[in-house]
Amino acid sequence: MRDALGNVQSVLVLGGGSDIALATVHRLVERRARTVVLAAHHPDRLVDAADALRAAGATTVEVVPFDADATDTHSALVDDLFDRFGDFDVVLVAFGVLGDQARAEQDVAAALEIARVNYLGTVSVAVPVAHRLRAQGHGTIVALSSVAGERVRRSNFVYGSSKAGMDGFLQGLGDSLVGSGVKVLVVRPGFVRSKMTEGMDEAPLSTTPDAVADAIVTGLARGSETVWVPGALRYVMMVLRHVPRPIFRKLPL
Amino acid sequence: MAEPGASRLLTGWGRTAPTASDVVPLVDARVADTAFVHAGARGVIARGLGRSYGDAAQNAGGTVVDATALAGFHEIDLERGVIRVDAGVSLDSIMRRMVPFGWFVAVTPGTRHVTVGGAIASDIHGKNHHVDGAFSNHVLAFTLHTPTGVMEVTPDSDPELFWGTAGGMGLTGIVTSATLQLIPVETSLISVDTERASDLDDVMARLVAGDDAYRYSVAWIDCVAAGAQLGRSVLTRGDHAPLEALPAAKRTRALDFAPGERLAAPPWAPNGLLNRFTVRAFNEMWFRKAPRHQVGHLESIAAFFHPLDGVRGWNRLYGNRGFVQYQYVVPDAATDTVRATLEALSAAQCASFLAVLKRFGPANPGPLSFPAPGWTLALDIPAAARDLTDLLDRLDRLVLDAGGRIYLAKDSRLDGALVAPMYPALDDFRALCDRVDPAGVLRSDLARRLGLR
Repeated sequence: MRDALGNVQSVLVLGGGSDIALATVHRLVERRARTVVLAAHHPDRLVDAADALRAAGATTVEVVPFDADATDTHSALVDDLFDRFGDFDVVLVAFGVLGDQARAEQDVAAALEIARVNYLGTVSVAVPVAHRLRAQGHGTIVALSSVAGERVRRSNFVYGSSKAGMDGFLQGLGDSLVGSGVKVLVVRPGFVRSKMTEGMDEAPLSTTPDAVADAIVTGLARGSETVWVPGALRYVMMVLRHVPRPIFRKLPL
Repeated sequence: MAEPGASRLLTGWGRTAPTASDVVPLVDARVADTAFVHAGARGVIARGLGRSYGDAAQNAGGTVVDATALAGFHEIDLERGVIRVDAGVSLDSIMRRMVPFGWFVAVTPGTRHVTVGGAIASDIHGKNHHVDGAFSNHVLAFTLHTPTGVMEVTPDSDPELFWGTAGGMGLTGIVTSATLQLIPVETSLISVDTERASDLDDVMARLVAGDDAYRYSVAWIDCVAAGAQLGRSVLTRGDHAPLEALPAAKRTRALDFAPGERLAAPPWAPNGLLNRFTVRAFNEMWFRKAPRHQVGHLESIAAFFHPLDGVRGWNRLYGNRGFVQYQYVVPDAATDTVRATLEALSAAQCASFLAVLKRFGPANPGPLSFPAPGWTLALDIPAAARDLTDLLDRLDRLVLDAGGRIYLAKDSRLDGALVAPMYPALDDFRALCDRVDPAGVLRSDLARRLGLR
């Protein structure tokens, strides 16, 4: 159960290989979290991460295979995990692909993969997860969106549009869950220096997985519905959202 | 699945960690049995007036039986001061009905708005614990509905079940009615002596030296004061005023009891209204307005016992993130733990209002009953206070090391691993639950969070 100060006891991560997810789970385990399930595309790569969580105090840590693109497997997986581990106080939706924008503009398969994983994958896990959380009467879905979805840019519109879709879906889902004891926390980081962005040029107001994890933990304590990382992005995007198209597309973003 | 009730978001009085439950009104005692039968995997817990600060009376995804729907008086013995009432009857209604006849509840907490069932489940205490013990010490019998049957329980008929239910946080069953022993009073007034104490040593010395002379005793500590003023307090102690203490003209109405609400908190208050500046100012004013020394001042029951009941919904003043109440008891010798608590709060610049310090008398046999001999300290802190988890976790360790414990009825954030060391009889309690509820039907958010079963 979540306590009065927002500390949680059990966490399910979908996309357990994510740097942000692991940094977040570590912070939760430092407090009250004792059960952690990491569902990841490459479970074999998470052996050390699981050991580190056990060393930090988690008593039950399990890594299970999960393919965000295999949407027909999601409902059964979610049901199985809730049946086996009981309540999850937090379900962290952390998977996603950045893709290659230039390639995606030419190669429909590459474009569709980004759309399928980021948008369809989120929809496909969020529906059964919300169903289970509603039945347990409490819980928070934390989902990693992106500023890229807030206003889609020329330079990464395939990824950006997939995040716009998932972000919108999650906002609506959160509204539909009001009164059920279940909350949805949408996290909108800017450029995060992590595995996903290795080798890319840093954007202004860039951040780190640790900073995003801190913001998520604070958001959980506050019961927030949206967090921006860094926080200043909220105001930057408030302005950018209203820049006219002819000007916006010329901005070096 | 549970039988259809209205799905509602519930929190405790601290307004933290809401969860959704099907709320079923206990219109008849048999509803409890039906709820057990229809309970799904998420189980059932009873709820009274929701004055537990944390998550004791909520049951996420399960059934919550609202006992306030069952609130009748059945037998009233005016000779002996014994009443048989439904579990949903509040102490407020007992006082309104019985004080005019010269009978008062043996134990009242800081609010009248608690039910008899809740008072038993939390084994509540009051300012007279050092003399009269806890609420369950004055319960002669109760009817308990459990998943394995309905029983009339007295301390003699089934001591294990009686004392396990006292302070058992509702996990042994649903109390539907109880027989209570009241105490005789000649008036509805309290004769109060007030003293100011300049620091913690001073207040503790005064409590130790003078408690035996008073039935009711409590000290209100200014948690914001630091340095040489750390622990500065106002002691208020008293007893029921005898008839001759009243002026002759008032003696004909000596037992009048009709407290009203003077104020209501607004339905919404800005977050941060109660911050360290406003709280410091309030505490300063409150300390200075208290008389340095005053003897035999006559106060109403409401003013002496239930000052906050005069402000309806005062818990809303903490804003939408709510607040936590932190209460522990440590043995008499552990005065350093109390000092360390006040120092830590003061150093953290927590906006904690007045804390309450009092000495408990002997414990009763309840395995989860909170009171034990020693010092009890209770304080409110806004849930939004910075680094509160770490601060309170640190204090928990001090309390545990001193041989103390946290009050479960007020808890909303304890680490479950600490419950067993704090309550050494926890395994006896679990064995009792296995006896009366082998399938684990009785469940609450508190029980899940702390792993009580």
